[in-house]
Amino acid sequence: MQEAMIKRAKELLADGTVNRVIGWKRGEFVYDSTPAVFGTADEIDAEFVFDDFTQANVSKYLVKESKKDGKILAFLKPCDTYSFNQLVKEHRIIRENVYVIGIPGGPKLDIEKIKAKGITGILNVKNVNYTLEIETLYGTEKLPFYEAISGKCADCKSKKHVVYDELIGEDGDVLDSNRFDMVEKLENMTAQERYDFWRGELSKCIRCNACRNVCPACTCENCVFDNPKSGIENKAAADSFEENMFHIIRAFHVAGRCTDCGECSRVCPQHIPLHLLNRKFIKDINSLYGEYQAGADTTSKSPLTDYRADDCEPSIVHERGVE
Amino acid sequence: MQVNENFEPVIVAFCCNWCSYAGADLSGTNRLNYPANVKIIRVPCSCRVNPIFILRAFQRGADGVIICGCHPGDCHYTSGNYFTRRRITLLYSMLDFLGIERNRTRLEWVSAAEGAKFADTMNKFVEDVKKLGKNRRLEDLRCRKQ
Ligand code: SF4
Ligand code: SF4
Ligand code: SF4
Ligand code: FES
Repeated sequence: MQEAMIKRAKELLADGTVNRVIGWKRGEFVYDSTPAVFGTADEIDAEFVFDDFTQANVSKYLVKESKKDGKILAFLKPCDTYSFNQLVKEHRIIRENVYVIGIPGGPKLDIEKIKAKGITGILNVKNVNYTLEIETLYGTEKLPFYEAISGKCADCKSKKHVVYDELIGEDGDVLDSNRFDMVEKLENMTAQERYDFWRGELSKCIRCNACRNVCPACTCENCVFDNPKSGIENKAAADSFEENMFHIIRAFHVAGRCTDCGECSRVCPQHIPLHLLNRKFIKDINSLYGEYQAGADTTSKSPLTDYRADDCEPSIVHERGVE
Repeated sequence: MQVNENFEPVIVAFCCNWCSYAGADLSGTNRLNYPANVKIIRVPCSCRVNPIFILRAFQRGADGVIICGCHPGDCHYTSGNYFTRRRITLLYSMLDFLGIERNRTRLEWVSAAEGAKFADTMNKFVEDVKKLGKNRRLEDLRCRKQ
């Protein structure tokens, strides 16, 4: 796949279709890959990577990149195309300035899951027929591929690209995923249990803001959480209230626009399951206002900028009963 | 749960200027009683209520928050309250998901002519919140310091 992508990128640069390419380059370790913009074929040859660890969604970078001169080539996985579409819909990306090549999605690997098996000193990870051969400072270890796949890929909702100019590889289908199972499990707990669960999770938050910074739905020029008058712009939370506030408001601001791309949970250094908050909103929206997938198209009205005269009343919440 | 009979909850009521704020006024002129611990905050339309306002009210010591707006179809700005309805339903459902007691949040449509409904709604809400006791799950200790 990497070779095919590099070949196509160089062709499109050479024939002048694009003047830049956004993809990924290697960081310090083999399992670190980070989004990068390449301007020349030489840069691509030197640094471009695409492997089982490249999972960052590059859509958000296109908010800035698509406003520069000339067209940029972007490689988008199926999940990334939803974010891209949503940003086009919100007039954040200039569609004409991006040449989209759809590439196959994961499942991608999560290095933390490999490390969690007690494997250290990792030098290289090879996927040999879905068995990982992990070369370490201390010898070679083996691990079934599926024990190390990233959380967001495990709950993949779609292998279908919703937008592209061309595809490399085959397009897939929208999947029947179990992504709401954990939300449902929490809904069935008592209020006290849910409260305890979330206290345990949210109290780990160090307010690094990575979840907001990575989120393709969080593209506000001035974010509420950067307002020094807000009292919630600080780093680690001074009280549990701040943590609740940050998480409720962050998830609320992206409700109806969150494509469930999974980036927020992926980047959280504290492994807080932020996707459960986003998915709670998605699940409620689906059941109360009709099935809706943000980013599936660029024309439909988002559920929070729309209404029906016969929508349900907020009283449905307290009518669930008092515990 | 232990119920403290003497506990008087602090209630914050966001009232739309065009309907329930006038409804509150009417209930006053008609000498209908509603508890003094209901603090009314006037807003130009129910859809002016940013979710942050609701959380802030809890942070600063509210034990219950209620939003009152014009009946669906009667919003002074035509459709504001329809948006309120969706947003607030989702927000309250999220608070429930986080384990915040369901009875601490409420939304009611009260017109300018419904002074009696206003008083009733408030009395009932205060009773419900009283049973829950002090808001601890969304409190901010920094605001509790005396
Ligand atoms: S990425 Fe995680 S730790 Fe950082 S602010 Fe978000 S939830 Fe908190
Ligand atoms: S909230 Fe998370 S899952 Fe949703 S769009 Fe943002 S990063 Fe993606
Ligand atoms: S948290 Fe809210 S204000 Fe901040 S960037 Fe995201 S959507 Fe915008
Ligand atoms: S003006 Fe009363 S709810 Fe909009």
